[in-house]
Amino acid sequence: MSALSPTEDLTPDLSPTGPDEADPPRRIVEVDSHTINFGPQHPAAHGVLRLILEMKGEVVERADPHIGLLHRGTEKLIEYKTYLQALPYFDRLDYVSPMCMEHSFALGTERLLGITQDIPERAQYIRVLFAEITRIANHLLNITTYALDCGAITPSLWGFEQREHILEMYEMTSGSHYHANYFRPGGVAKDIPAALPAKIEAWMAQFPKFLEELETLLTENRIFKQRTVDIGVMSAEQAMAWGFSGPCLRASGVAWDLRKSQPYDVYERMEFDVPVGRNGDCYDRYLVRMQEMRQSMRIIRQCLDQMKPGPIKILDNKIVPPKRGTMKRSMEALIHHFKLYTEGYHVPAGSTYTVTEAPKGEFGVYLVADGTNKPYRCKIRAPGYAHLQAAEALSKGHMLADAVAIIGSLDIVFGEIDR
Amino acid sequence: MASSSCNGRFAGRGPSSVVDVLESEIRAVLADRLPVEFGRARYGAELVLHTTRDSLLPLMLALRDSPALDFAQLMDVCGVDWPERPERFDVVYNLLSLTRNERVTVIVPTDEAQPVPSVAPIWPTATWFERETWDMYGVVFAGLADLRRLLTDYGFEGHPLRKDFPLTGYVEVRYDEEAGRVVQEPVKLTQDFRSFDFMSPWEAMTSLPGDEKVHLNRLPPPEPAQTEGDKP
Repeated sequence: MSALSPTEDLTPDLSPTGPDEADPPRRIVEVDSHTINFGPQHPAAHGVLRLILEMKGEVVERADPHIGLLHRGTEKLIEYKTYLQALPYFDRLDYVSPMCMEHSFALGTERLLGITQDIPERAQYIRVLFAEITRIANHLLNITTYALDCGAITPSLWGFEQREHILEMYEMTSGSHYHANYFRPGGVAKDIPAALPAKIEAWMAQFPKFLEELETLLTENRIFKQRTVDIGVMSAEQAMAWGFSGPCLRASGVAWDLRKSQPYDVYERMEFDVPVGRNGDCYDRYLVRMQEMRQSMRIIRQCLDQMKPGPIKILDNKIVPPKRGTMKRSMEALIHHFKLYTEGYHVPAGSTYTVTEAPKGEFGVYLVADGTNKPYRCKIRAPGYAHLQAAEALSKGHMLADAVAIIGSLDIVFGEIDR
Repeated sequence: MASSSCNGRFAGRGPSSVVDVLESEIRAVLADRLPVEFGRARYGAELVLHTTRDSLLPLMLALRDSPALDFAQLMDVCGVDWPERPERFDVVYNLLSLTRNERVTVIVPTDEAQPVPSVAPIWPTATWFERETWDMYGVVFAGLADLRRLLTDYGFEGHPLRKDFPLTGYVEVRYDEEAGRVVQEPVKLTQDFRSFDFMSPWEAMTSLPGDEKVHLNRLPPPEPAQTEGDKP
């Protein structure tokens, strides 16, 4: 895939007289500067990243990510859909942590509707519960595939088994393995099944042991540390200038977590610690994610303990659909159902920038409503977008193999970056 | 591993009072040097600054560098298209101050021709966000070294998030067996795109005799604290 970059001595002689004009043979072949086209189909590209790497020998001189190969025009499509129809698009953004994507949009719509205060407690607990379950699912995928990038295969084989348990919880609750469409403006789509808490308990009973085993594979692993320690170092100031958020920002030593600082739903009642790194290198980003999974376990435990029975969405049937059973008996409920699934609800004109702490960082939705039943503008701020942009600053001066480690440590998913 | 202690820092302060304090502090820093209009979004809970292209950079530098404000992070830049306005685009910047734990939105109106000064020299992260805004809306950024398209295909023409750009686009691609490559063709739809008008005539006829109770079912209008710029 490499090509010799044309230096002045290598350019073909195009003069009309031709090359046979007695020029002394002054061919200085410079083999160590070349361009590599990395991706878009490469297992370490984590999707469809095309990275143009300008190399000096084995050292990266310039990295130019070309993105957009998975661009589906989500923001444009949302402008043509009702608020309810727009929600499933969010599952398809960061498709390894779908419910966390829905969270921002649901909260943003609620804020524009002015119903934030009315969301039932149980719905908020369920949303926090699943946001944390999703966080573990996301970190499991990231850490294990990251280890794969660095040459360790076992973590991914083990991790996917655990992730499958989580996806089963998804399926039990929302009916869908991946694209849940579960968090709705006004609450959640339906209550959790009665068997779910026991399933979560059973899974939680064995998960800490799995985490310990995962750590024995990686944390003190000499090869893994050689590949990650002091690779892709980002200082706190740099990280802020590059718009970092989430684990990547915390790994650089900034104790910033939106769940703590700008709590939404019932996060303010949750007790958990925010793991913070010290060096801002790939290894710290890994460590922060490992610790975050443990903290997520604490939050899940608290949610299960504190959750009380109750309604799971607001009672206003102008915004959330009525129960199926009521529709069989009540004419009004039938009309509500029909109106909601054809016209949808109208959202008062206004705008909001609503953020949540998604597993990858600050996931924001800038939502502009114009009083109709469709968003006028819905800008999706994906954390991975800002992180990937810094790939050049991070990988400059590193080896080619380190570029792979850096991309893995940023936890990028092209669903959210390309939108 | 340390843990953050910012939990409940603003307990007891309502969102609007926080915004009021922030507004007065920004006013104190700016001291009427820049043409900035202060507004509110989302029922008064979010602060919006409307400014002009010329004063964008001084405003951003003031927001970032004054120690009282410390908006060190630019989280998002995006465009919004309002075709009926004389300057049809809004460029929206969302800033975050980690030390204050507050956000502010800065909005600059512009049109297709007038370039907006790039904030990439202030925040390197702005580069991709501005490239995307150029790609999606055709807003030109002055001083941005790298004004290439970002998300659309190589060789794409047009700016797809403009309101006058059709949802289906103009071209579609397919693999041509004979030519042995991917070819672009004008988009062919077997069925027209169906757009339903949900602003129904029933809603325009607000005073249908005998049906006054329909108003009880409508959502309340936004509160007057809404900013002017957020209305269509």
